[in-house]
Amino acid sequence: MRFLLRRALFYLVTAWAAITINFLLPRMLPGDPVQAMIARFQGRLSTDAIASLYVLFGLDTQTSMFSQYVTYWGNLFKGDLGLSFTYFPTPVSEVISQSLPWTLSLMGVTTVISFVLGTMIGVYAGWRRGSWIDSLLPIATFFSAIPYFWLGLIAISVFAVTWGAFPAAGGYEPGLIPGFDWEFISSALYYAVLPALTVIISSIAGWILGMRNMMVTVSSEDYVTVAHAKGLPERRVMLGYAARNAVLPSISGFALSLGFIVGGTLLVEMVFSYPGIGYVLFTGVNAKDYPLMQGIFLIITLAVLLANLIADVVYLLLDPRTRKA
Amino acid sequence: MTPVLEIRDLSVDYGQGAGAVHAVSSVNLVLNRGEVLGLAGESGSGKSTLAYAMTRLLPPPGLITGGEVLHHGRDKEPVDVLGLTARQLRSFRWNDIAIVFQGAMNSLNPVSTVASQLDDIYRAHRPEMSRGQRSKRSAELLRLVGISADRLGAYPHQLSGGMRQRVMIAMALALDPEIIIMDEPTTALDVVMQRQILEQMMRLREELGFSVLFITHDISLLVEFSDRIAIMYAGRIVEQAASEDMYRSSAHPYSKGLLGSFPALHGPRRPLTGIPGSPPDMRTVPSGCPFHPRCPSAFDACEREIPVLEKLSGTNGDSSRSVACWLNTPSLSGHPGVGAT
Amino acid sequence: MKSALNGKTMAGLAIMGFFVLIAIVGSWLAPYDPSAMSSDIMEPPSGAHWFGTTQTGQDIFSQVMVGTRGVLIVGLVAGAIATALSVLIGVTAGFLGGVADEFLSALSNIFLVVPALPLIIIVTSFLPDAGDFLIAFVISATGWAWGARILRAQTLSLRQRDYVEAARATGERTWRLIVFEVMPNLTAIIASSFVGTVIFAVLSVITLSFIGVASVSNWNWGTILFWAQNAQALAQGAWWWFIPAGLCIALLGTALALINFGIDEYMNPRLRTSIGGKVKMRVGFTPVLRQEGGRS
Ligand SMILES: Nc1ncnc2c1ncn2[C@@H]1O[C@H](COP(=O)(O)OP(=O)(O)OP(=O)(O)O)[C@@H](O)[C@H]1O
Ligand SMILES: [Mg+2]
Repeated sequence: MRFLLRRALFYLVTAWAAITINFLLPRMLPGDPVQAMIARFQGRLSTDAIASLYVLFGLDTQTSMFSQYVTYWGNLFKGDLGLSFTYFPTPVSEVISQSLPWTLSLMGVTTVISFVLGTMIGVYAGWRRGSWIDSLLPIATFFSAIPYFWLGLIAISVFAVTWGAFPAAGGYEPGLIPGFDWEFISSALYYAVLPALTVIISSIAGWILGMRNMMVTVSSEDYVTVAHAKGLPERRVMLGYAARNAVLPSISGFALSLGFIVGGTLLVEMVFSYPGIGYVLFTGVNAKDYPLMQGIFLIITLAVLLANLIADVVYLLLDPRTRKA
Repeated sequence: MTPVLEIRDLSVDYGQGAGAVHAVSSVNLVLNRGEVLGLAGESGSGKSTLAYAMTRLLPPPGLITGGEVLHHGRDKEPVDVLGLTARQLRSFRWNDIAIVFQGAMNSLNPVSTVASQLDDIYRAHRPEMSRGQRSKRSAELLRLVGISADRLGAYPHQLSGGMRQRVMIAMALALDPEIIIMDEPTTALDVVMQRQILEQMMRLREELGFSVLFITHDISLLVEFSDRIAIMYAGRIVEQAASEDMYRSSAHPYSKGLLGSFPALHGPRRPLTGIPGSPPDMRTVPSGCPFHPRCPSAFDACEREIPVLEKLSGTNGDSSRSVACWLNTPSLSGHPGVGAT
Repeated sequence: MKSALNGKTMAGLAIMGFFVLIAIVGSWLAPYDPSAMSSDIMEPPSGAHWFGTTQTGQDIFSQVMVGTRGVLIVGLVAGAIATALSVLIGVTAGFLGGVADEFLSALSNIFLVVPALPLIIIVTSFLPDAGDFLIAFVISATGWAWGARILRAQTLSLRQRDYVEAARATGERTWRLIVFEVMPNLTAIIASSFVGTVIFAVLSVITLSFIGVASVSNWNWGTILFWAQNAQALAQGAWWWFIPAGLCIALLGTALALINFGIDEYMNPRLRTSIGGKVKMRVGFTPVLRQEGGRS
């Protein structure tokens, strides 16, 4: 339990740091673009909205930095992330809450599939070191070096444009109304196939390579030799002794990988015009919609922290040594 | 005395081709039923390699390049362990030969309980045992090594070093094997614990009647606990003799040095002489007798040709005594069995 | 060092060297001005235009050649800065221990879990005109944490080694201890974390250019893809517009990864894929290869 508490505390500190960075960025970096943007939208912004932007970006130099910081936190707790320019006058929080489910489901499913599959292949490749599987490693390396979005582009050109088997853009059949009916869900699944495959293929190589190396390292641990000496069936040694231990660093290294996967998935959403957060971020970037970009950064960071906390719980369940301490 | 394990001409390399390290070369060794055979030698002399090779547990790039390991089962024809299929080998392991490894700290799987690691053994070798029988047997084993049965649910990190080693011994006894190999079973422990565990092991041996191959570089322990001693140097056995003989009158200069480098625990104190120099790098073993550069009594033949292990007429007519040293060969020239490498 | 330069490392270094060469001489060798328009619009690869042309008749081959420099400059500069940061922070944390260590470790862990790409996107889009060096700087500011963490762990274990303890006991200065006793033993790790950061930086700068956050007037492989995407090259079937740049990225990434594998295998020889020789090794079942005649 101590372990979990410590981790949770660390994530709280990290969340605080991310929010503070978010607060400081527009105040420390040259303020002109923000001001220019507000000027550009002047005609369409209500005085209320302008006032809230001033608070968001610290342009009202009347108040001290500290009271700005307090107001900023106050707004955050109310869920007020400002108004989006691109989807004006929709609040950022609403834009995000509409796109977040798409991203969470795409990323959740692909991350789990890619982790499980990649780890399984890695276990086998590490166990059978020197077999034909090793000849696949250069290919895996090549795939792990390809940017996700470029693979997405290729997938679109091959499967959507040339072959026409899958849609090139969007999250569901245009004209359908999102809801919990079979027609919508099947359409959403169909539209998700290409983006999901892209993310899985791009990210799986990393898990395979990492797990293979851990398996090779663990395979020469004494307890694996002892397991062989005990005459246990090979499967039991491979899974219960070697893989069971080799997977631990994979899970504790989840944090780093998750950052990469999130970045990659956002880009994949962009190229597929998938209605998730990545696509919204893309439109925000193009329109220099700062409130939207900042809101998205916050949400993504919080989601990643939560995912890390889950990974910690899993680690706790898998490693008895942390349970006691 | 009937042999239970017979090693014939066993050779082991690490790696293949030109860069191969010959870690064990043409070793002949016999372990008799019910005896404790000690194996000593400096670090890097190939003791662990030999032990692992017998059960084919060498990590890559280890490779057995020749020889036989004959197991004489209780009422079975002798079988060559090196010729077993993977399935036969699995059933041979732990049933007939169990190992207590060097560096016991890491010998237990850190993520499973003692009970489940014991259970793995029964599931693999005694599938007919019921859950109740399994836990009864596990509790009994722990009691044998002096640990209370309530530690069955413990994870390795919850046990002290000495307890972990006892658990390993309990595991080794699980299937009543004929042979137990102990590779420096106690080096990580303090002297008191070391003694306790070894004494317990010897008591168990009296009770259960298994044979022990006891590997250590602490020769004073060997003299005390083993019936016979074999000394290894640079991947070869250089001398073999009954414990008493070895202690009183070792024939090989290396054995003499080795015995001299440890203070005797019992009996008359002898001057500590030690051995000058350091063991050879196994990649570049000296020509001839590998010990000759460090040997106080080396002469020209030692540099040229490798001495073979030959029976020595023991002081009291013990035929099991042998040594590989030119000093003990009356006529050097034209000796049969001496071949240049 | 022989084992560090195994086949993989050599292949990686060769590809890397090739790209460095292009980065240096590419702008002179390029047959056309990458931004010059012409009347050869959307042409597939031909003798005149090896990689084809864009919608405005620009030569893609020249764009790839000229764009190599931008990618490598950002990659190497960011890699160098981030590695310097991670050495500074990681080694200091590992060596000092105590509160300083707690603080520096927490700092690197924060940078590890905060998703880097969205942060980089936001920071660069706040900057008025993000040139190569500025981008390299932002990337290195977010990319140092992983190296720092590994270096800290390694320093921690080195600190307890005998020779460092001995040097410490003789009253050697801390900085001398770090530079002469600790650092030489970290070389391989530093090298591998440098290469890792370069991979991260290259991917980041290409991504930033692709989504149009970085200045799109500087040619690099990401900018090519940005214009290709803007012109709907996909829908028009102009595969030559995005294939070459993408392959270059993948090739450069593979090269860097291979170099890192080489370093990993040098540090941990067990990871090697080919053990060499004709017999297949199998953990737990040592092969028996009886040689003709044996040896004595
Ligand atoms: N994986 C390997 N590759 C190459 N050489 C090896 C390998 N493992 C061991 N050796 C070499 O084989 C020789 C014998 O090693 P071994 O571990 O059997 O020695 P040992 O007598 O058990 O020593 P210790 O008393 O330290 O346990 C050593 O010289 C060592 O250098
Ligand atoms: Mg050993």
